Amino acid sequence: MKAAGLILSNIHDNNIPEMTARRTMASLPFGGRYRLIDFPLSNMVNSGITKVGIVTHDNYRSLIDHIGTGKDWDLARRNGGIILLPPFITAFDGPRANKLYTTRLEALMGVMDFINHCSEDVIVLSDSDVVCNMDLRDVINQHAATGADVTVVVREKTVTESDRRATNSIVVSDENGTVNKFVESTAAISGKCDVSMNILVITRTFLVSLLNNSIAHGLKGFYSQALPFHFGKAVYKVYRYDGYCAEIGDLSRYFSANMQLLNEGIRDELFANKERPVLTKVRNTPPTQYGENAKVSNSLIADGCVIDGTVENCILFRGVHIKKGAVVRNSILLQDTWAGENVGLNCVISDKKVFIRDGVTLCGHETMPFYIAKGKMI
Amino acid sequence: MFKKKECVAMLLAGGQGSRLYALTQNVAKPAVPFGGKYRIIDFPLSNCTNSGIDTVGVLTQYQPLVLNDYIGNGLPWDLDRTFGGVKILPPYQGKDSADWYKGTANAIYQNMKFIEQYDADYVLILSGDHIYKMDYAKMLKFHKKNNADCTIAVIDVPIEEASRFGIMSVNEDDSIFKFSEKPKNPDSTLASMGIYIFNKQKLFDYLTEDAKDPGSANDFGKNIIPNMLNAKERMFAYRFEGYWKDVGTLSSLWEANMDLLGEKPTFSLDDEKWRMFTRHGARSPQFIGEGAVIKNSIVSEGCKIYGRVENSVLFGNVTVMPGAVVRDSVVLNHCRIGAGANVNYAILDTGVSVGAGVTLGGDKAASPDVTVIGAETVIADGEKIEAGRMIPDVR
Repeated sequence: MKAAGLILSNIHDNNIPEMTARRTMASLPFGGRYRLIDFPLSNMVNSGITKVGIVTHDNYRSLIDHIGTGKDWDLARRNGGIILLPPFITAFDGPRANKLYTTRLEALMGVMDFINHCSEDVIVLSDSDVVCNMDLRDVINQHAATGADVTVVVREKTVTESDRRATNSIVVSDENGTVNKFVESTAAISGKCDVSMNILVITRTFLVSLLNNSIAHGLKGFYSQALPFHFGKAVYKVYRYDGYCAEIGDLSRYFSANMQLLNEGIRDELFANKERPVLTKVRNTPPTQYGENAKVSNSLIADGCVIDGTVENCILFRGVHIKKGAVVRNSILLQDTWAGENVGLNCVISDKKVFIRDGVTLCGHETMPFYIAKGKMI
Repeated sequence: MFKKKECVAMLLAGGQGSRLYALTQNVAKPAVPFGGKYRIIDFPLSNCTNSGIDTVGVLTQYQPLVLNDYIGNGLPWDLDRTFGGVKILPPYQGKDSADWYKGTANAIYQNMKFIEQYDADYVLILSGDHIYKMDYAKMLKFHKKNNADCTIAVIDVPIEEASRFGIMSVNEDDSIFKFSEKPKNPDSTLASMGIYIFNKQKLFDYLTEDAKDPGSANDFGKNIIPNMLNAKERMFAYRFEGYWKDVGTLSSLWEANMDLLGEKPTFSLDDEKWRMFTRHGARSPQFIGEGAVIKNSIVSEGCKIYGRVENSVLFGNVTVMPGAVVRDSVVLNHCRIGAGANVNYAILDTGVSVGAGVTLGGDKAASPDVTVIGAETVIADGEKIEAGRMIPDVR
């Protein structure tokens, strides 16, 4: 079964409004050198998918910069490759409405041309809020074997009241894995649930008819209206995923998902698979330089850093400078952060090009990390 | 597709680098790794890109597999061009004859058609033996200003080292009147850097003449340059000031790597104005474990460090296990240093596995030579490799 990919880049921007003020969720930096889209994109490429459409909404300049020609994912192709799909301002409510899509369903309606022009049997849909290293061929094979129209990748999760808001849709299925209900996670559900990872395999012809039907009936919601419309006629199956997965639902989950990379098992599962490497944009930063006063432990550090202070339990992105006497703990410092002499940081997330002057002390809490916006000087 | 190019660079990359012994058994010298994530050839190639020279022929001969793969389409150096770009030029079978490149001059002679395609006015000859940052555009400007036929880049060396180099004697205007290859009693300290700019037609004339001479070594230093001097062509020495290091021997390669260390390194790779480009993949960031100690070192992507690293250069995907000590060493990609092992004053080639508790090399001050371990060598737990020893690549 041949597959084409479709990635929604903006749909979870509201998860972390602090960090997506000028970028998409897809281009949110993660894990020292990656951006979130690297995970769904690498999963697709590593599963033999060579045509991927990226659906954008707004604020996607950093995404375009990151993707470039797609070369770093081996997707600079004459046939297929990466296809950026910016929205049409005239797609909804007529030519003068100046409205962009507001829901997943509308986003898909807006890229009908792409879906129509594909010749592949199935479309793999993926959002950019989930970090995992998954072999999508397993999902596609199950999709083919069960004859499903839609296969939803789910994982088991114990949902509590406190993280309902940051949880994706809940999928209720029977013992054969046939879906019989989609529930918004904001509903009063607690306990063990199958939560959608927003990775779906959809038979392309079914997707076309689903979208046409939704347009005809004026439907808005994908899980809430479009899919339920065909219950009883179409076959929806779940694919249960039990590997490592982090849902980036809000800032504190972004913080903890980064920190989980300090766990060797998780790091190896994500990054040590030789057949399924996580691919990302390659730059030309020199190796990281450690000075005479460097004291580093339990930290993940990208290339191009210059470290002469103390770093513990941190994620450092490219080109971070830690000056002499600085003590940085439990923090995530994005590209080109400058921590001056005798700076003290604990539970801080600094965005790109943040400059922290000599002697400044900043402290957050792991449930409420102290966030410093891009380019700020403190 | 061809457009006229004012200057085409020809990079001589066919050399074996036999004095690097264990490190060049399977790769040509220009492909020898350097500085944590680079290879020697990155330096002339990046210099070309930074100097605005976008057409480079790379002449390969010895063990070209790694080099061909590495250069590929030239994308990392921005040399994947529609017009120009980097092209690999291996020896080939011609209509009348088939020859290996017999010498540096012969290699260019056999590829005159390549240069002709671009209708070049000037030809820049480079080698893949040196670590340096140089603006070739400035040298070309100097060449044009002097209306020269040939310009040779030179560097001032200490008089006691001068007999290792090709030495230029110059007039007040820096025009060259004498060239002596490795003179016993040097009368100048201006050493040739092996970087030449020629007027294309002049070069072609001399190469064609040289090719007819069966007694010629077909070498720039031995034949072309002396012949041009004898014929009183306009030849100038372009003085270069800055870091320039021949990495043709194991000890100089080790030293050049060490020059990257320190708060203000002798040679900095972290230079926004003159970036060094390299081909590398998307490895995960390096992980520094609890109990690790890293002092005055550079460490690359994919490394996992749990032990102690001092005054060393670590390439990608190197693992240093708990209790291991790496000191004054250069450790290439994918090496693994076992728990409690002690690596001192050594160069470990790609994929070396050092067993637990191994003692390898000796204290730098007390050792005669740097210890060198060839690629993919496995050193069993508890073994002792004495200082100065060289274990060749076993493949």
